[in-house]
Amino acid sequence: MMNHDAYPDSLIRDILKSVKRIALVGASANEARPSWIVTKYLLDRGYDVIPVNPGLAGQTILGKTVYAALKDISGPIDMVEIFRNSEAAGPITDEALALDPLPKVIWMQLSVRNDEAAARAEAKGVTVIMNRCPKIEYGRLSGEIGWQGINSRILSAKKPVLAGKGFQKLTIHRPGT
Amino acid sequence: MTDRAPGFSTLAIHAGAAPDAATGARATPIYQTTSFVFDDVDHAASLFGLQAFGNIYTRIGNPTNAVLEERVAALEGGTAALAVASGHAAEFLCFHALLQPGDEFVAARKLYGGSINQFNHSYKSFGWNVIWADPDDVEGFAAAVTPKTKAIFIESIANPGGVIVDIAAISAIAKKHNIPLIVDNTMASPYLLRPFEHGADIVVHSATKFLGGHGNSIGGLIVDGGSFNWVGDDRYPMLSKPRPEYNGMVLGETFGNFAFAIATRVLGLRDLGPALSPFNAFMLLTGIETLPLRMQRHCESTQKVAEHLQKHPAVEWVSYPGLAGDKYEALAKRYTPKGAGAVFTFGLKGGYDAGVKLVSNLKLFSHLANIGDTRSLVIHPASTTHRQLTDEQKIASGAGPQVVRLSIGLEDVEDLIADLDQALA
Repeated sequence: MMNHDAYPDSLIRDILKSVKRIALVGASANEARPSWIVTKYLLDRGYDVIPVNPGLAGQTILGKTVYAALKDISGPIDMVEIFRNSEAAGPITDEALALDPLPKVIWMQLSVRNDEAAARAEAKGVTVIMNRCPKIEYGRLSGEIGWQGINSRILSAKKPVLAGKGFQKLTIHRPGT
Repeated sequence: MTDRAPGFSTLAIHAGAAPDAATGARATPIYQTTSFVFDDVDHAASLFGLQAFGNIYTRIGNPTNAVLEERVAALEGGTAALAVASGHAAEFLCFHALLQPGDEFVAARKLYGGSINQFNHSYKSFGWNVIWADPDDVEGFAAAVTPKTKAIFIESIANPGGVIVDIAAISAIAKKHNIPLIVDNTMASPYLLRPFEHGADIVVHSATKFLGGHGNSIGGLIVDGGSFNWVGDDRYPMLSKPRPEYNGMVLGETFGNFAFAIATRVLGLRDLGPALSPFNAFMLLTGIETLPLRMQRHCESTQKVAEHLQKHPAVEWVSYPGLAGDKYEALAKRYTPKGAGAVFTFGLKGGYDAGVKLVSNLKLFSHLANIGDTRSLVIHPASTTHRQLTDEQKIASGAGPQVVRLSIGLEDVEDLIADLDQALA
């Protein structure tokens, strides 16, 4: 089993570079909630985020239709992002592992960790990330997070790369990484 | 370099400072601007809602200041930092994020005189009540904690020098009562001591002193250790309650282990306003690049000067924890093995008049009220900073009539010793 206390930056970067379609379980329509903020940020970075929340099924969040459950989404999902508590992450992991094809990654949000569920997923060859926020990780790896005085723990003599539009958006697609 | 943990000197030069994304400028540019254009309306809304990383207005954040923040967060081993106009502003924003009117905090009695004034007098207007405790008596801190206590505040090496505080022992008291420990690490700098490694939750700095190191720019920093869990703790509503300023966002929940640094920025700095000039941030950053080298030299020379004065016939005593047999020798060996700092006090046999004469006779030492400069500095507290106190009060605060404080700079130590000798003759 992978060490879930410390992930190499290269692993996180490879995941965020390779996944495109993300099902976000525990999506919220409340703009002050972290799950709404992460949905918005990932959409802005070009990811196709599919919100999942049985209570909001059929409505839209940020223009995206909300599904009741993972199994209702048609087509392959690259990553399932779990925005629920650690206990609830267990059955949601099992729902993700019932998908065909399997998602490449199951990602549990900052403060969410379920080692038993992670072991079940890893036994099926699914990469698991726990207790991390994809927005924070994207901001850290791109360099954006430093604008808020946050310790990215990354040193680089290479120029950060602008994400194309404006000067206040950087991308993780940096040379030499 | 990604996953290898870099050394302190490497961090002092590189942390936070990649080449500029727009121009490739390798030194950190001085973004001397009040404001930043938004990419579009949606981007502006995201920034104001704390939903995207980015810059709005230099009172809230600035890319030059951000490099300083990440640099000091990395050097201290914290999760995030906030740069502000002065060390006093750093303390003010810390307590603003933690205290409500009527609350208390326990502070070490031996502190920088400016902090003592701030706590005793200015904070009264906000209903923030300081309870003093003796840093040499750890149990006194435990006895001073009440249900209204929201934080403990100490200095790692206490001004005017010579006092090393047992951070781990006081941290144990803070943890027992589940309140954050704030450590002012100005006198040590993270090169000599990193308070988070000993159980501190928050570190503050007057960057004016050793971090900047050249006596040219005032600035302060708040560093978040990321260790205190604010979520669900009703005693700290700035961090644990939905904030009306941000549509009901709960900062502790949204920003995890750097929520305290964010709270001091988006509630404290935004609304109270003690922003750091980007030019000062640039000067401080340039200073920090040589912090390890400077601190080594500061400590080497201070040790030599202290040992010399100890043998001088005009000197009654020297208070420097680097000296054999000093009261704080054991704590210094444990907390500051690379050196006990560059500021210390000594007592003159000739009392008040001898102090005044020494200050007048010195040629290289500058008579002024600062520490942590490349230049060596001297002050006679009884005739200056502590002049208004009674003799009893002067003695209690370590500023008796015979006391002189030195901050040893980076000149040739032989010249400093010669200057002291001629002035004491």
